[in-house]
Amino acid sequence: MNLMHGFGVLADPMNIVYMFVGITLGVLIGVLPGLGGANGVAILLPLTFSMSPTSAIIMLSCIYWGALFGGAITSVLFNIPGEPWSVATTFDGHPMAQQGRAGEALTAAFTSSFLGAFVAIVLITFLAPVIARFALQFGPAEFFAVQLLTFCSFVGMGKEQPFKVLTAMMLGFALAAVGLDSVTGQLRMTFGSMELLRGFDFLIAVIGLFGIGEILLTMEEGLAFKGKSAKINAAVVLQTWKQLPKYWATAIRGSIVGCWMGITPGGATPASFMSYGLAKRFSRNGHKFGTGEMEGVVAPETAAHAAGTSALLPMLTLGIPGSPTAAVLLGGLLIWGLQPGPLLFIEQKEFVWGLIASMYLGNVVGLIVVLTTVPLFASILRIPFSIIAPVIIVICAVGAYTVHNAFLDIAVMLVFGVLGYIFKKLSYPLAPLVLALVLGDMAESSFRQAMLLSQGDLSIFWSNPLVGTIVTLALAMLFWPVISLAIGRLWPRSGSKAAVSLK
Amino acid sequence: MKQRKSDEDAVTTHHTMEIAVALMFAALAVVVMIDSNRVGNGWASDGPEAGYFPFYVGLIMFISSAAILIANLVSRTPNRSTFVERGQFVLVMKVLIPTIVFVGLIWLIGIYFAAAIFIAFFMYWLGKYPIQKILPVAILIPLALFVMFEIWFLVPLPKGPVEAMLGY
Repeated sequence: MNLMHGFGVLADPMNIVYMFVGITLGVLIGVLPGLGGANGVAILLPLTFSMSPTSAIIMLSCIYWGALFGGAITSVLFNIPGEPWSVATTFDGHPMAQQGRAGEALTAAFTSSFLGAFVAIVLITFLAPVIARFALQFGPAEFFAVQLLTFCSFVGMGKEQPFKVLTAMMLGFALAAVGLDSVTGQLRMTFGSMELLRGFDFLIAVIGLFGIGEILLTMEEGLAFKGKSAKINAAVVLQTWKQLPKYWATAIRGSIVGCWMGITPGGATPASFMSYGLAKRFSRNGHKFGTGEMEGVVAPETAAHAAGTSALLPMLTLGIPGSPTAAVLLGGLLIWGLQPGPLLFIEQKEFVWGLIASMYLGNVVGLIVVLTTVPLFASILRIPFSIIAPVIIVICAVGAYTVHNAFLDIAVMLVFGVLGYIFKKLSYPLAPLVLALVLGDMAESSFRQAMLLSQGDLSIFWSNPLVGTIVTLALAMLFWPVISLAIGRLWPRSGSKAAVSLK
Repeated sequence: MKQRKSDEDAVTTHHTMEIAVALMFAALAVVVMIDSNRVGNGWASDGPEAGYFPFYVGLIMFISSAAILIANLVSRTPNRSTFVERGQFVLVMKVLIPTIVFVGLIWLIGIYFAAAIFIAFFMYWLGKYPIQKILPVAILIPLALFVMFEIWFLVPLPKGPVEAMLGY
């Protein structure tokens, strides 16, 4: 019933137009080096300030779907992952293109992306209202516990060194704290500077870290793009669709892995790798993976898209984004004056269900758009880097400026760009940094409220079974690297098995 | 500009960079803790003080960056692999330095003309394009931005004296 209401919101023709614009821009962003889901949405966010929140989120989330689709194009044709989550798609997608089966590979990739997203949207449709209703009982302690769990999961589940995850995350929290403290009105870490009074906006950080940082990395790897051409016609699509049902088990496995990793903040990138690894282990053709198996395209794409989509579930229901792009969308909600969290489902029904309905339609539109326009986007990639790079840098500068109409933000963006380049090379993860920067104020205020309630007694975090369980789980996640090491020492065999399956 | 042939030349190793970045983080953590201490990291009559939360953020950051630092210092098998080769470093600088100049130009003459100069320079210097290919791109992109932002979306971008002369 609610969903029907949501589709009613879509009946506004302007929303459908925004949807097409969003998808097309999104694919473009996904294809171009240096522009991705997170910073692409961040750059376009200021342009939506004057739109109604519902239209704005429809357009921005469609950019996100488009970017998810677009990443596959560069992976298959150019062996360059346009997005981190499409790295695993290159393993079998590019060999297929080299064998002249680029059309098949792309059709398989797009169709399985669509499937993964669809599973995740159905999950959101049914699970989101339940979680939101449940979360209505949450007090500050519970909210802080959930946020704690999110951040601790990065430490426990990330593939980077735990201390690097922690350091990057704390940098995010520290930057979030800069500026005026909203509770006491005191100035924190401004050191007398007027410019620092505003604090660090995460949009600037995202544009710098993911945009400029990526351009610098791409530059380092050299400028040659040598791609395969793709021809997709109805015959190839139909022929591929006939083969796809064979891989139903892989697709379902990929979707489940993706949904799980998307809701817990594992993210799309590890989900795609995990799904690829599982498919390789369980498939009869596992030994042929890496030589151009279609199954090796289906597995990472379903998982990446399922994860990317389901990352919106915790964002909508709890106000905790499951991925950097979801974090940017959450920032958008705050700017439009909406408070993400369980109350959203009561106070902003039209917004929430309009968004969910747009996910269904947006992914159908996305599938059609990418299947019909691949040659166009592939030709964009053939534009030499020495033209694309300055244009993207200009776009990033424009995006950074429009957030607050502040010149200094462009310089800050540049600094974040250099940081992003160094962090990437030293494998400091960027996702926890961005999430901490977005959630920093919220996490701090729920922590302070909880502390106020208990008069500074930390035992409030174990005061009832719910909050106690979440906090204990969070701590287990935080110390998981130590725990798994201990398990490995005590029971060497089962430990090593667990390690393998995690890969 | 003469580019060096040998790409194996390391500008710096991973080991050095790891230590440098960890030190930077540790220093930043100290700054965070000192400033949180200044605004008060304890308990006031009306609840936790402003520096209560950031202080612990700084503390955790200090501990974890110290852990990275120590792990790299005492490691018996330090990662002495190349962080960035000289050839790569030159390439990165070729993007970074013009970009810094571009940002400076935005401040002086506004974003539109700065963008035109930046794109033209980049295409000429790195892409070695002939002038007839450079001009259309370098003019049309800033023009498209101008139409989109100043006229269509009514979002003002930084403008310089030339735009002022034209009445914007």
